[in-house]
Amino acid sequence: MLDFHKNHKLLVGTAMFGFFVLSILVALMPAFQIQQTQPLPTMEGFSEEELNGLHIYVQENCMSCHTQQVRNIEMDNSWGKRPSIPSDYYFSKQRQDLWRQSPSLLGSERTGPDLTNAGQRQPGMEWHLLHLYNPRIVVKESIMPSYPWLFELKEESKIKDTDYLVAVPQKFIHASNKKVVASKKALDLVAYLQSLKQAEMPQNPAVGFIPSSKKIEPRNNGGDAVLPDGEKLYMNNCAACHQAEGGGLAGAFPSLIGSPIINDENPETLIRIILEGYDARPEFGVMPGFQETLSDEEVAAIANHERSNWGNTAGAVTLDEVKEIRSFVNSLKQ
Amino acid sequence: MKIRNFSIILLGFLSVFPKEISAQPTPNPETANWMSSPAIIGTVLLIVTVLLIAIFILTVKASAYFSQLESKTEKNRKNEFGERLLDMNEAEIDTILEKRKKAAHYRLFGSELGSDLEVEDSRGIIAGVTHEPNNPLVDEKKKSPITYDTPFQLKKIITWYIGASVFWLVFGTLIGQYLGLKFLWPEMDSVSWLSFGRLRPVHTNAVFWGWASLTMIGLGHFVITRTSNNILYSYRLAWYAWWLMNLSVTIGTLFLMSGINNGGGEYREYIWPVALLFALGIIITFYNFYQTVARRKIEEIYVSNWYLLGGLGWTIILVIIGYLPMYQDGLGETVIQGYYMHQGVGMWFMTFTLGLIYYYLPSSLNKPIYSYSLGVLAFWTQMLFYTLIGTHHFVFSPLPWWLQTVAIVFSAGMLIPVVAGTTNFLMTMRGSWNEITKSYVLPFFLVGVVFYFVGSAQGSLQAFRFTNFVWHFTDFNVAHSHMTMYGIITFILWACVYAILPKLTGREPRQLLVGMHFWMAFIGLFAYMVSLMVGGTLKGLSWIEGEPFIQSVILMQPFWLWRAIGGTLMFISHLLFAYNFYVMTGSQKQTVENPTGITPGMGIPASNKQGLKNETVTF
Repeated sequence: MLDFHKNHKLLVGTAMFGFFVLSILVALMPAFQIQQTQPLPTMEGFSEEELNGLHIYVQENCMSCHTQQVRNIEMDNSWGKRPSIPSDYYFSKQRQDLWRQSPSLLGSERTGPDLTNAGQRQPGMEWHLLHLYNPRIVVKESIMPSYPWLFELKEESKIKDTDYLVAVPQKFIHASNKKVVASKKALDLVAYLQSLKQAEMPQNPAVGFIPSSKKIEPRNNGGDAVLPDGEKLYMNNCAACHQAEGGGLAGAFPSLIGSPIINDENPETLIRIILEGYDARPEFGVMPGFQETLSDEEVAAIANHERSNWGNTAGAVTLDEVKEIRSFVNSLKQ
Repeated sequence: MKIRNFSIILLGFLSVFPKEISAQPTPNPETANWMSSPAIIGTVLLIVTVLLIAIFILTVKASAYFSQLESKTEKNRKNEFGERLLDMNEAEIDTILEKRKKAAHYRLFGSELGSDLEVEDSRGIIAGVTHEPNNPLVDEKKKSPITYDTPFQLKKIITWYIGASVFWLVFGTLIGQYLGLKFLWPEMDSVSWLSFGRLRPVHTNAVFWGWASLTMIGLGHFVITRTSNNILYSYRLAWYAWWLMNLSVTIGTLFLMSGINNGGGEYREYIWPVALLFALGIIITFYNFYQTVARRKIEEIYVSNWYLLGGLGWTIILVIIGYLPMYQDGLGETVIQGYYMHQGVGMWFMTFTLGLIYYYLPSSLNKPIYSYSLGVLAFWTQMLFYTLIGTHHFVFSPLPWWLQTVAIVFSAGMLIPVVAGTTNFLMTMRGSWNEITKSYVLPFFLVGVVFYFVGSAQGSLQAFRFTNFVWHFTDFNVAHSHMTMYGIITFILWACVYAILPKLTGREPRQLLVGMHFWMAFIGLFAYMVSLMVGGTLKGLSWIEGEPFIQSVILMQPFWLWRAIGGTLMFISHLLFAYNFYVMTGSQKQTVENPTGITPGMGIPASNKQGLKNETVTF
């Protein structure tokens, strides 16, 4: 009866049927099931600009280098405050149009950073535009491609009021008498990138990271309490704009070297800026606040790193000072 | 009985990694001791295996070369002899002629073997056998012995399929090489059509659908007719499929470069109308092959045809499931993506290529396959296990935990078809090892088969949760996919092309160039693979340590440089391959058309001039 080697109908039929049944079990069924997932109540749909931005993200195939998934292992904690869950993708992974399917945002290569929380981590529009025009303006070692076709080079006289001017340093512009203007596409893409934030989970989140059994060796930074590694934190949170050597970027991000705020005997202003952000100087981009993302220990460690490097010589900040200022900031809010 | 023993060995093998297979949600392991993780040790062992085999082949070749150097002295002696002949005077020549006359009338007594008489061997017939190689650098290989008498129509189809695929190989790897250089010089250009994101899928799709698929199908046409002992069901359909598939890759490439991308899911970046062209090509080919097998003139279906028909049929289902939209919103798309990209490799490239090995390997060795039943076992287990493991590309992702666990468990199960296949091929080669040094086809097979075991086993180990910690998202993945798509598929396809084309056209490539092709591709692949594996591991460890992300970019620089060097060697070897292809097929016009066109090769000597010349050389 089972004469597969003589009966081609039986052979091909069985092979195809078997494969189809297995495919139902392992692909179709789970796919249908997981498609039923609903969004979190705190999530919002995309605006028109953001959706356009997502489509440009797909068109340039950013997914080939950037993932958008925080795995449930502790090493991924640096990319988001909680592991990704199926609801996170409710709005972003919808079919694009008749011709193009739902974008494969999760990705398989992390040649560049994960972008799940890019909007939280790096919300400044100015930074994104500079970075898109040429990533090496803001991150010296970056290997990301430049996207000059999302921008226009215009002579100064032809710039309109509605144009969004990008403060690209002259050495990155080949035509010396022109200025860089962001196109609608660039602005849309940035709007999308800025919208990338992990939504708040409702009460008592069920998902957590699988903890690391690796012991983190505490390091004493000279403060009273044992603080985490300030340099590492600075590199992860601040260096994109203020640069690794603290020099900032003329016309976009202020230098921290010799800054009166950093070197002030009283660290209050510095700590408040780290917590609340800063938008007092029109010549520079807007700085986001890190209240939500950094703990007191981390803020103190970063402040100490800034106050004791690149020629800055202010005294150490203590954990208590940060705590005090944070509670003061919180009381202002209420 | 054979199979039972074999499964016991396999079970023993699996029990070495009990923790990984049970796939519990283990907490982060100690990365300080990452070197002692079984999966990492396993991978290192596997890579070392290939290296050892390469060293073995090199040693054998080197020793052959040295013994050839020794025979140089022999040659000098012969030259002296020749000069002496020229210097002889009349009297001396007369003496020799006298001797010759005596010898001509000489009759045996019947007791010579027992006597003390010395053999008079002044011409060196017994003592002076030397090879006089055309090339002083490398060992002379055997010529391709038989020219098959194949219908001209079929020859033309096979040649054109392979010809198109050679173009896509050179094009696709040129793009790949360019992409590799962009890691070192990201500012190489700032043209939107050449940006990294858009070109990456151009590279993968061109080598997948353009190179590997077209060669596979071209080679498959020969297998399906030969083993069915009949002519192809329809030549016209084969040409339709050729046009559809080439059109699909051409349009797809242009679309991707202009930014029209289906959604970035790997290997389904072509939007559906473009993919549909390719799918139609596969459906037509399937129908054509199926009808050919249905009209076979022998009772049994040779095991190759199981794989060819299975691969085509499964791929049709796969592409349909991969492109239908009803279940692909939200993470539904991701479930399908894992399924699609893994089965694309497993059910299409691997299955079809295995089918080709089952025909071309034994036929190159001129002996039957070691075990038909192992081939059948591998066929069904391939279907069962390979289908279930796609989600291992998404371990620790928000996809259902059970799906991830199933994928990991069956990834380990993949060892069954892999070990069955490898055993079968190696046992077929057994006893013919010395053939390998004499053939320019078999080294390609050997490397392909060894990588079949190493690449697949390494892939299984990579699916485990610990290895995912270190390797997922890093360049290690890129190394793995080149080890399999290049080390297995591409090497096997080259073996098959070199095995069949000279027999169809009667023209052989220059052996030195085939040798250069082989070694440059092999060494290049090794440099490519090892650099990305080491770099990828360091990158993963840097992430686990929580170092700033940009550190992992900086630390990769030297490894990316080595990858580019390996890639360059690989690319040059493809140019050599293209030239060899040109030599093998170059002057098709000289080939005399088979007027009847219906006698599938039954060992009848070839009718063309080139073929006859070839035969006189070998026999």
